[in-house]
Amino acid sequence: MFRYVFSLAVVAALLPIGVPWLAFVFTIAVSKGLAALGVAMLLRGGLISIGHALYFAIGAYAVAFLMREAGIADLLLLLVCATLITTIAGLVVGAFMVRYRAIFFAMLNLAISMVFFALLSKLYYFTGGTDGLRVATPTILTIQLSRSTFDIILQMSVLILMIASALLIDRYLKSPLGEALRAIDSNEVRLEYLGVSARGTIWAAYTVSAGLAGLGGAISAVAIGHVVPEMSYWTVSGQLVLIAVLGGIGGVPGAFIGAFFLELVQTFAVGLAAEAWNAIIGLSLLIVIFFLPEGLYGLIQRLERLRASPK
Amino acid sequence: MFTTYAPLVVDGLADAALIFFVAVGLTLVFSVVRILNVAHGSFYALGAYLSVVIGAFLAGRGWPVLSLAALVISPLAIALSLGPLLERTMLRWTYGRPEALQILVTFGLFLILEDLQKLIFGVQPYSQNTPMQLLGTSRIGGIVYLNYQFLLIGLALVVGISLRLLLKRSRIGKLIVAVVADEELARTVGIDAPRVFVLAFSVGVFLAALGGALASPTIGVAPGLGAEIMVLAFAVAAIGGLGQIEGAAFAAILVGFARAGAIYFAPEFQPVVPYLVMVAVLIVRPYGLFGSVGLRRI
Repeated sequence: MFRYVFSLAVVAALLPIGVPWLAFVFTIAVSKGLAALGVAMLLRGGLISIGHALYFAIGAYAVAFLMREAGIADLLLLLVCATLITTIAGLVVGAFMVRYRAIFFAMLNLAISMVFFALLSKLYYFTGGTDGLRVATPTILTIQLSRSTFDIILQMSVLILMIASALLIDRYLKSPLGEALRAIDSNEVRLEYLGVSARGTIWAAYTVSAGLAGLGGAISAVAIGHVVPEMSYWTVSGQLVLIAVLGGIGGVPGAFIGAFFLELVQTFAVGLAAEAWNAIIGLSLLIVIFFLPEGLYGLIQRLERLRASPK
Repeated sequence: MFTTYAPLVVDGLADAALIFFVAVGLTLVFSVVRILNVAHGSFYALGAYLSVVIGAFLAGRGWPVLSLAALVISPLAIALSLGPLLERTMLRWTYGRPEALQILVTFGLFLILEDLQKLIFGVQPYSQNTPMQLLGTSRIGGIVYLNYQFLLIGLALVVGISLRLLLKRSRIGKLIVAVVADEELARTVGIDAPRVFVLAFSVGVFLAALGGALASPTIGVAPGLGAEIMVLAFAVAAIGGLGQIEGAAFAAILVGFARAGAIYFAPEFQPVVPYLVMVAVLIVRPYGLFGSVGLRRI
């Protein structure tokens, strides 16, 4: 599977030289891919969250607040702190979430994210209300760079982050704790008979998935330079699930493939049919669900197997 | 005392009535078809758009009275055209599949309907106040009320009671209950289960569109309306217990009063209130106030 990650990496590394404006698309795609990876992890456990935009927004707002209130300006420090804050939030909320399955899990996630959304929009003095907050260009190792140089460095850092988290999550999913997560979907009771705590397994996955979404949110806050309450709206959560399923939840690359597909379609659809891009995405989602249950990544894998098998 | 709280009560009940139409539609679809329909809010938005456009057209031709009729006819048109079509082509594929998948299919549908709505009606906001002007106001205890609010409350009662009668007393209601209780057995005794699904889904679409149409004189109709009402309907249906019609009615009143109360006392918290109630209820009773694990739905 790492062939995909690395070939993606090579393409990404060449982007700012070839097509500079695609560098931004790349950064945003990775940020959403990270969040979608978190959602995909939970989907492996049969849990659908329509509220993960909550953590995306917490990560993004954490960056804005850390810059404004704590005076932190370093890119790396910002990303690390924002991820930590989101992970802690996921740990706390997850303690309640582990009691819920299926539709109730989906709905409680939705409810909490909507509370957060409404608070972000309404607590004007604290969060800037619907105007959101501005995020200044962070420094890199105390050096204040020009925006264009910063964007290139950001893109490279994001690339490294993507590869690192893909490798880590792949390890996690193949570890006993990750395999237990898949067993939650197939038979939770048997898992408990094996002496593995189902709630503990879900709690760990939930916390990690929140952290991933937070990192994604932090990256997009830095890349866009602005955070708005809409980042936590339920349609964003829906989009994250969409990316995860579109790409395929069979492996780590799926989430990123889905995110790149979505961002590229969006980028090109804006020029061709600005009013219809959601419909295009919706249609591709339906096609994938009905005809490619394993997502785009599953399709790639199937093509590979076809090529590898002797005639 | 009376004069202070009477407007609050009327506002709360009128708000509850508007929420009730959408929420009960969502809950009905969930209980019969077993799908949490994320595209439900889009039908609400379509109902609002269509009734405003038709209402304005009729009012412009010198038939303002007919704009009241448009409030019922447009949701009916939407339900009859989209209900069976979407159920037959799309939802039927997802029966018996994992919940995550069903939610996603309807999310895809939601995305498509949102854009369709933008393509047909554009992105500029619409509004109409002919129905409100037609009905006028009445003065009770020195306070002026909109008669339209009383119409909403009355209609919600009519819809709630007739749904209950339909399910408990009529033949078709008994068929629905049979299919919900045990689809396989219902089929073996010759009940046309697919038809029951089409019917239930179309009624759900009608209720959502009716909610939108009736709300259209009280709000600005603009893109994003469907997404907004969707979560609210979710919240109300979840508070009442998914699949519980009485639960939806009770939760609608609860949320209606909470929202109206928030407008009076702390307006900036009005949007937070429904979701706070939802979180509180789900944490204490995951199956909602009226639902329970093994309880038969409907």
